[in-house]
Amino acid sequence: MNVLFFKIATLLYLLATLGYLVYIINLKIAFSRWATILVIGGFGTHTLAFFLRYVEAGYPPVTNLYESLSFFAWMIVGVLLVSQLRYHVKVLGAFLTPIALILMLFALALPKEILPLAPVLRSFWHPFHVFFAFLGNASFSLAFCCGILYLVQEHRLKTKKVGALTQRLPSLKTLDDLNYQSLTVGFPLLTLGIITGAIWAEYAWGRYWDWDPKETWSLITWFLYAALLHQRLTVGWRGRKAAIMAIVGFGAILFTFLGVNLVLPGLHTYSTWRQ
Amino acid sequence: MELIVIGLNHKTAPIHIRERLAFSEEKIGEALLQVQALPSIRENMILSTCNRVEVYATVRATEEAFRDLKDFFSRFHHLPLAEFDKALYSHTGEEAVRHIFRVASSLDSMVVGEPQILGQIKEAYEIATQWKTSGLILHRLLHKAFHVAKRVRSETKIASSAVSVSSVAVDLAKKIFETLQKRTVLVIGAGEMAELAAQHLVSGGIERVLVTNRTYERALLLAQRFNGEAIPFDQMTLGLRQTDIVVSATNSPGYLLLRDQVAKVMKERKQQPLFLIDIADPRDIDPSVDDLENVYLYNIDHLQRIANENMKDRQKEAAKAEALVSEEVAKFVTWYRSLDVTPTIVALRKKFEAIRQKELKKTLALHPELSEKEKASLEAMTTAIINKILHEPITLLKKANGDQASDFYLDALQTLFRLTETKPDESEKEIFKETSQSNGSL
Repeated sequence: MNVLFFKIATLLYLLATLGYLVYIINLKIAFSRWATILVIGGFGTHTLAFFLRYVEAGYPPVTNLYESLSFFAWMIVGVLLVSQLRYHVKVLGAFLTPIALILMLFALALPKEILPLAPVLRSFWHPFHVFFAFLGNASFSLAFCCGILYLVQEHRLKTKKVGALTQRLPSLKTLDDLNYQSLTVGFPLLTLGIITGAIWAEYAWGRYWDWDPKETWSLITWFLYAALLHQRLTVGWRGRKAAIMAIVGFGAILFTFLGVNLVLPGLHTYSTWRQ
Repeated sequence: MELIVIGLNHKTAPIHIRERLAFSEEKIGEALLQVQALPSIRENMILSTCNRVEVYATVRATEEAFRDLKDFFSRFHHLPLAEFDKALYSHTGEEAVRHIFRVASSLDSMVVGEPQILGQIKEAYEIATQWKTSGLILHRLLHKAFHVAKRVRSETKIASSAVSVSSVAVDLAKKIFETLQKRTVLVIGAGEMAELAAQHLVSGGIERVLVTNRTYERALLLAQRFNGEAIPFDQMTLGLRQTDIVVSATNSPGYLLLRDQVAKVMKERKQQPLFLIDIADPRDIDPSVDDLENVYLYNIDHLQRIANENMKDRQKEAAKAEALVSEEVAKFVTWYRSLDVTPTIVALRKKFEAIRQKELKKTLALHPELSEKEKASLEAMTTAIINKILHEPITLLKKANGDQASDFYLDALQTLFRLTETKPDESEKEIFKETSQSNGSL
């Protein structure tokens, strides 16, 4: 049942992505409106899928790669919807929805059975660790999108090629503000994710920090964002520099989340292909 | 009965002629009444702006009406006809409808797509309504024109981009800062150009104006006009630190703002974005300033080029708008042609006769026992009923032929009995909505 809802949500995200694509090409507001409605519908279905799986499994379903990809996508769409409440930047949906869609399609290819929970995951802290980490990652995805849009818009303003695209893209200020806001939300969440992860590690393996590849890479990511925030607050690393850093940071996140799982062996291997 | 327009505009007449023929606000009522008093005129409305003077009217006899109106122009403005006759254009029927639709949609404007004209037409229409010189046809024509203008605006991108240098600058500022509210502009120079630029930014929403100029007194004078502050010329950097936008328009032969100077200021500003507009010739700002991060430098040529490109886009959109206008003209003309007495009477008779025959046939089929004589008397009776019913309306219609009243009768008959196959107007509801809105704004 939960997988069915998961598939419906994927379909809705797919349709929404198509809607946004058409919107970007012909710039008719109606398409972005429909796409937004589809995203909301997808999010609702996705939420249902999550809780159904929670009930069926009896534990928070964030324990294997399928579940965590789905959870990540869910958080991204959630962050997108929240950001739409504050900033009416329609074009963001056109970038975040496809990211969520790709994660969903990836998850679709993975085994989806509910298995008995591995003893090491049977912890009070584990769900918190996952929740904080992925909500943080979702915020950083938003920062990443804003970064890309900022670079496009800035390039056009600098080269003085302002056409229809420039008119439809948000202003530099809005993009920079959103970038900063998502950093200020994402950074504490990432920090909490690492801390709760360490506490859980203490219960599971008897030590807080083990320098396994995932831990190392999260720390690298954390330092990247810490550096960006610091530079921003002290010497005014706004605009272009902040945009580039948000993009680099997101690359580090993707590597920490997927690359490490696939390439480097370590303690987090339960979240790879194998069960 | 015919719909006509006669007038002149910026394309056909130079400004000094347009000025002479314009109707001032105080005199327009009198003019409307004078036109209405002409025997050839049924309804009229006068549109008088700085770019055009036009009379829209429905008339009893077209040639006579054009003659009367030319005389009226000449008499009212004390100007011999020979002086402006060549500038006058006139359209009748379908072409007149197309003309007002195009004018309302700003396809006939000096700057195609500029929306002011629609407001001016609305005003002209409201005045004609107040003086009761507009009737059913002009009423419908004008509301249709508003509807067309609205469609053109929403379905084409004719007015979506800035086509003047100053509006391009305001647009760019909004793409950098989102809104101009709570923003500051530093004006360098106190001449006419500087003042104009500042004026545009202030009407775009800028809150604070700083002015600096070689002669401090002139800076002070300009600053006062915008409730701003003057800054001594040698302390320009002070202004640069506080401002978001700089407009430079001095006669200085060399650069006033150099790269190093701006770079230093940017550091002090913690890289807050700076939008520099150089409208001076020769330039005031060193072009290499543009290489600095978070600095956006546009000079007058850049702005002009963007304005020109937008203008080209606008012209492309205008072609789409023309097609839309044609579609609406056809719709309006169908309705307007239906408002003719003779065909309406014929159609009305046909409709009644068809009903009579159908019902008679049904009755006769039910009663095969009726004799030929009885059948004939049934036939005679039903015909008599119809003739009696139609007698008064038809007499009235014939008598009212040509009057404004007949328009209302004809329109009502067409609608009530569905005489023509035209569908009821889908924009009708919108028209009523718009009417109540425009009344509210009066």
